[in-house]
Amino acid sequence: MEKAHTEAAHEKGPFPPFQKEHFASQLVWLVLSFVVLYALLWKFVLPRVASILAARRTRIESDLAEAAKAKAESEAALAHYEKSLADARANAQAIAAKTHQELAARSEARRKELEAGLATKLADAEKKIEATKTAAMKNVRGIAIDAAGAIVERLTGAAPAKPAVERAVDRAIN
Amino acid sequence: MDPIHQFNISKIYILGHIGGYEISITNSALFMFAAVFIIVAGMLVATARRSLVPDRAQSVVETTYEFVAGMVRQSAGEQGMKFFPLVFTLFSFILVLNMFGMIPGLFAVTSHIVVTVFLAFVVFLTVIIYGFWHNGLRFLKLFVPSGVPVYILPLIVAIEVMSFFSRPISHSVRLFANILAGHITLKVFAGFVALLGGLGIAGWIGALLPLALTVALTALELLVAFLQAYVFAILTCIYLNDAIHPGH
Repeated sequence: MEKAHTEAAHEKGPFPPFQKEHFASQLVWLVLSFVVLYALLWKFVLPRVASILAARRTRIESDLAEAAKAKAESEAALAHYEKSLADARANAQAIAAKTHQELAARSEARRKELEAGLATKLADAEKKIEATKTAAMKNVRGIAIDAAGAIVERLTGAAPAKPAVERAVDRAIN
Repeated sequence: MDPIHQFNISKIYILGHIGGYEISITNSALFMFAAVFIIVAGMLVATARRSLVPDRAQSVVETTYEFVAGMVRQSAGEQGMKFFPLVFTLFSFILVLNMFGMIPGLFAVTSHIVVTVFLAFVVFLTVIIYGFWHNGLRFLKLFVPSGVPVYILPLIVAIEVMSFFSRPISHSVRLFANILAGHITLKVFAGFVALLGGLGIAGWIGALLPLALTVALTALELLVAFLQAYVFAILTCIYLNDAIHPGH
């Protein structure tokens, strides 16, 4: 009976969302809930989430910066290595060129020295040959004069005058 | 079986009267408190460890935060971020209240127009008060679009003023009507299942169609519950943008 009565009361009332007698209660609790929720989110919850996100962002940024720094360092080290490699290579080439020049100069000097020695020896030998030849020629002249004198004496039976024979021989040789 | 019964306000404890109005703790009030508790406690617990690499719960909180922050930034600009707590409060409150409504047997607070009207007026008054405080009388330029020929200007201004003052109505009725209509439709189809099921074997087979529809509608209503919270929040951002940059 009681239940039927309340059901009937509900039937009589307007559509629930338009029942004005509940508006005041709903508004009071809604304002309270909304203000409390706003205050808590604004003061505590959202700043906390924001700080977590900010911490992650700065961490990622610092990690990236560190990685970039490490990369720059390794690149600098590589450049330094390549530079010292190039320096060493240039140095080695310079040493090789210098050694080559020194060796060439030394061998050139020795060659000149040797050539000079040979030239003096040659000159000496030529002088000796000349001297020997002159001496030999002198002997040849004496022999030729003696032989000519002897031949003339044998044919004519009289010894020719020495100066005349010498002149005749000289004419024949020259 | 009555599809309207689910919207009834039931008094749990009558506190007293203020100026002739009865103030009582109702089922609606309980779900509001529960929403506040779940949002605040849930977010605090999820972020308790402040992990650099978030776990699932913290990830949900962070994603929601970034989602709402992105919404505010995109619609109202960097200056709009001072209203971020307000938009976040509106979005999370409406979303959780809508989701409560999706749990069978619970109460959908947002199906009551007095609730949605209050929320819409919070936004409407914020826009007006901040608009005048921040821009002075330049706020009225909101009603005078630039580049309009003078002879049709009075008409345009009248339309702009009317559309501005109808905002809280459309803002509140959209949420209220969507939740209300969705829940009634759901209840009607679910009611068919029970009715036909009582008719024996033939009824059971006949009940399959409304049952399938009820399942599909539940999925749709879950989407609507989220979407209406999102729409309410994004419209809030767009209206706030008018208060921040009235010249557009």
